[in-house]
Amino acid sequence: MIPEIGHFALILALVIALVQGVFPLLGAHRGYASWVAVAKPAARLQFLMLLASFACLTWAFLQSDFSVLYVAENSNTRLPQIFKFSAVWGAHEGSLLLWALILSAWTAAVTVFGRSLSPLMMARVIGVLGLVATGFLAFLIFTSNPFERLLPAVAEGRDLNPLLQDIGLVMHPPMLYMGYVGFAIPFAFAIAAMLGGRLDAAWARWSRPWTQIAWVFLTLGIALGSWWAYYELGWGGWWFWDPVENASFMPWLAGTALMHSLAVTEKRGAFKAWTVLLAIFTFSLSLLGTFLVRSGVLTSVHAFAADPSRGLFILLFLAVVVGSSLMLYAARASKVRSHVRFELVSRETALLFNNVILVVTTVSILLGTLYPLIIDALGAGKISVGPPYFNAVFIPLTVPLAILIGVGSLARWKRDSFANIWVKVRLAFVASLVFGILFPLVAMQHFSWQAALGMVLAFWVFFSSLKVMKEYARGRGIGGLSLSQWGMTFGHVGVAVFITGITLTSIYSSEKDVRLVPGDSFSLGGYEFLFKGTTHLQGPNYQGDRGEIVITRGGEPVTVLYPEKRNYLSGMPMTEAGIDAGLTRDLFVALGEPLDNQGAWAVRIYHKPFVRWIWLGALIMSFGGVLSALDKRYRVLARRERAALAGGVA
Amino acid sequence: MMRHLFLPLLLLVPLLAQGAIEVHQFDDPQKEKIYKELIDELRCLVCQNQNLADSNAELAQDLRQKTYEMVEAGKSKDEIVDWMVARYGDFVLYRPPLQRNTLLLWVGPFLIFLVGVVVLVRFIRRRPAGGEEVLSEEERRKAEALLRGHGEDGA
Amino acid sequence: MKSRYLIPLAVFIVIVGFLAVGLKNDPKRVPSPLVGKPAPHFELPTLYDPEEKISPEKLRGKVWLLNVWASWCVSCRAEHEVIKRLARMNLVPVYGLNYKDEEADAKAWLGQLGNPYEASLVDRAGNVGIDWGVYGVPETFVIDKKGIIRHKVIGPVNDEILRETLVPLIRKLNEEEG
Repeated sequence: MIPEIGHFALILALVIALVQGVFPLLGAHRGYASWVAVAKPAARLQFLMLLASFACLTWAFLQSDFSVLYVAENSNTRLPQIFKFSAVWGAHEGSLLLWALILSAWTAAVTVFGRSLSPLMMARVIGVLGLVATGFLAFLIFTSNPFERLLPAVAEGRDLNPLLQDIGLVMHPPMLYMGYVGFAIPFAFAIAAMLGGRLDAAWARWSRPWTQIAWVFLTLGIALGSWWAYYELGWGGWWFWDPVENASFMPWLAGTALMHSLAVTEKRGAFKAWTVLLAIFTFSLSLLGTFLVRSGVLTSVHAFAADPSRGLFILLFLAVVVGSSLMLYAARASKVRSHVRFELVSRETALLFNNVILVVTTVSILLGTLYPLIIDALGAGKISVGPPYFNAVFIPLTVPLAILIGVGSLARWKRDSFANIWVKVRLAFVASLVFGILFPLVAMQHFSWQAALGMVLAFWVFFSSLKVMKEYARGRGIGGLSLSQWGMTFGHVGVAVFITGITLTSIYSSEKDVRLVPGDSFSLGGYEFLFKGTTHLQGPNYQGDRGEIVITRGGEPVTVLYPEKRNYLSGMPMTEAGIDAGLTRDLFVALGEPLDNQGAWAVRIYHKPFVRWIWLGALIMSFGGVLSALDKRYRVLARRERAALAGGVA
Repeated sequence: MMRHLFLPLLLLVPLLAQGAIEVHQFDDPQKEKIYKELIDELRCLVCQNQNLADSNAELAQDLRQKTYEMVEAGKSKDEIVDWMVARYGDFVLYRPPLQRNTLLLWVGPFLIFLVGVVVLVRFIRRRPAGGEEVLSEEERRKAEALLRGHGEDGA
Repeated sequence: MKSRYLIPLAVFIVIVGFLAVGLKNDPKRVPSPLVGKPAPHFELPTLYDPEEKISPEKLRGKVWLLNVWASWCVSCRAEHEVIKRLARMNLVPVYGLNYKDEEADAKAWLGQLGNPYEASLVDRAGNVGIDWGVYGVPETFVIDKKGIIRHKVIGPVNDEILRETLVPLIRKLNEEEG
């Protein structure tokens, strides 16, 4: 019964989405106020319907209703409750329903928080979002229905993949989707503005906080995935340039460019047409990501069940949404472009250069990701493109980007000079060189020029951010900084922390696979690892061995780690690494295989300096994004606009 | 209906291949370094996008063993790469070789960067010479009102 | 409308075109670099007569097939009927490469399902398989009279492949000079 209700709610949602898409857009075009007024109620009703549908599917999981095919494929009566809940989005159909739900939630949020928008603008934004939702819901219902029945019902479902039974992986997809889907909002704003034929600084101000919040979610989602991969998969890696990872990183890069471009459009009214194009580009990358993950065109450990017919549907959807947006852009861009003057040396130029680098990076990653497919399609061979390529391309591009953070945030708007900027940055510049070169010399095992370069950049970003704060605080004191300024500072400091983590862990990590018998000791990174043997282990749905490793440093006890090797009843072996997390280093131990009957084991030992700084940096960046989005000017001006609207000026 | 169950089941398997922990003795740390680089850059042919280092698949184990033997025998990195490519083609390399069908791949980002810089420079040069944009009457009145009473904008 | 604003649309259309073609291709299919090259050398014992050693050099002068199989391979069962039919056509000798298998299991499997092979070569460790670029089971190679690999079938041979690809190719190769 409940699944039927869920299914019905889903179908209703599709109908409402269609109404939400068609009527407000036509109404805004023709001037029918009653049609325009359909936007808000339709958006909110669609959200309620999808919430109900999602709740029904969740109920089916929690009740272990195996008459629903999707539940039978992804759940099991012995699965702990929390994982029954997260199994809802564990595979293709359910994750799409989550996508649609999140889209409707964002749309409904726009109707609530966007009350200062003119009714026409609101109608167009909601209308565009309605059309996007229609496409998704149609895809769901016609090709990927989560409520499809399995009759007769089985007594026990297949288990959820043990790798997914983890809290990190519970949170990772919803965070990512909040980000991906969130970029639909600036996209809708951009389309609405082009449809209306008018683009002013107010448009940028409306779009900006939405973009920032979406960006924050995407940052957290990616960081969660990286952190999860590190502790769960057992080989100490945190990024693989896998196509699906790239599919999340590309919108992030484009979204970062978009955020910065919106800043210029808001402040100076410049880059309007470019910002619109970026908004389309960012959301297109979100949609492209959806296509790549679910169509089977690329091989990935993350890919959902590949089905070319589904792939075709998504491709058509992508072609229609992005194609029509770009056609609209081609038609309207010349009308909305800015004619704002600024000099070659100015903050505008710096931000434009920042955009160029971010877009070049995004396109390069896209090239690398799609290249095997392109070459195969041309019949020109079968190749693979992996981390060696992406690292070779990405890392050099971060150098000018990091330099620009300092230069751009200290340059004045409209007109500045190299001399002026130099006066502001010279102290930070010198300090970065000194600290950056000294750090690997003094604090790390050995000196490396690559590490020095990375640290110089990290210190540069950090010191220049401090300088920016000092400039803003001039005359006002540190308490006078706006949230937006704090946000920018934290955002950039987060980047510095991130660069530090990546540089140091990439260069100074050490790893060893060794054969240890109980009583053996091994040295790595200045620590002693004493293997005390293994004991047998029995879990609810697995059995295995648990090792004990005592770690000391210079004779002083540090910690004891208990890595496990589990064999699940479903037949799958899993390694649970023992990790001693620390701010300046992680110690990581994993059990391999027993090598003989006398208790000898293959053991992997890692020493990873500063690896936590990678995710710490992402957290700090996200915090900065949240602060920026909360800046009171959005609320103050919004309040004023609402009053103006109420006063009868459309 | 069986297809529904079969495909996801197939895809579950590679997800579970976790880092293969094996012990290899090397008589020379340089050889160990080459070995690690190789198994990082060689692709597992039967996995869903994993290198030889991370895969538990049997073929990956065999190829790691072969790599170890060749490294110990003193073969260079290039020789071992050629050996793998002779049998499995370019697909087995995560670092695409520089050849005709990968020229665009390796040169591409640099070209795109150049295009980006050129477009940027031309965009800046095209700025309207002289004078600000002129405000319309209405905009001027709004500006004056703002300056008079409500100037609290921050960054 | 200035033409430069159409550039993003044009680029997008090209990308969609590639993606559409990509939907038809299998990204995991690895074509063999050995097609057109001499068959890699091996010298292996046969399953039923370990004293008899076979190598590609001994098979010069005739067209032959090498079918990689194993008793633990599920798809090999489905393919086996087709291989048997091919062998019965008497167009070409079919040699099996028993890949990473146990002798007892292999013999039992053939006993149960039938043995179409002239001989099955035993590749216990899988080294010959690696030399031939085998990455999955089953796979089938077509070698001509001069000892050059002319074709590789990845995955099970079905009726369609047999009819449309293998038989015409074998007939053509049989006409060629040795």
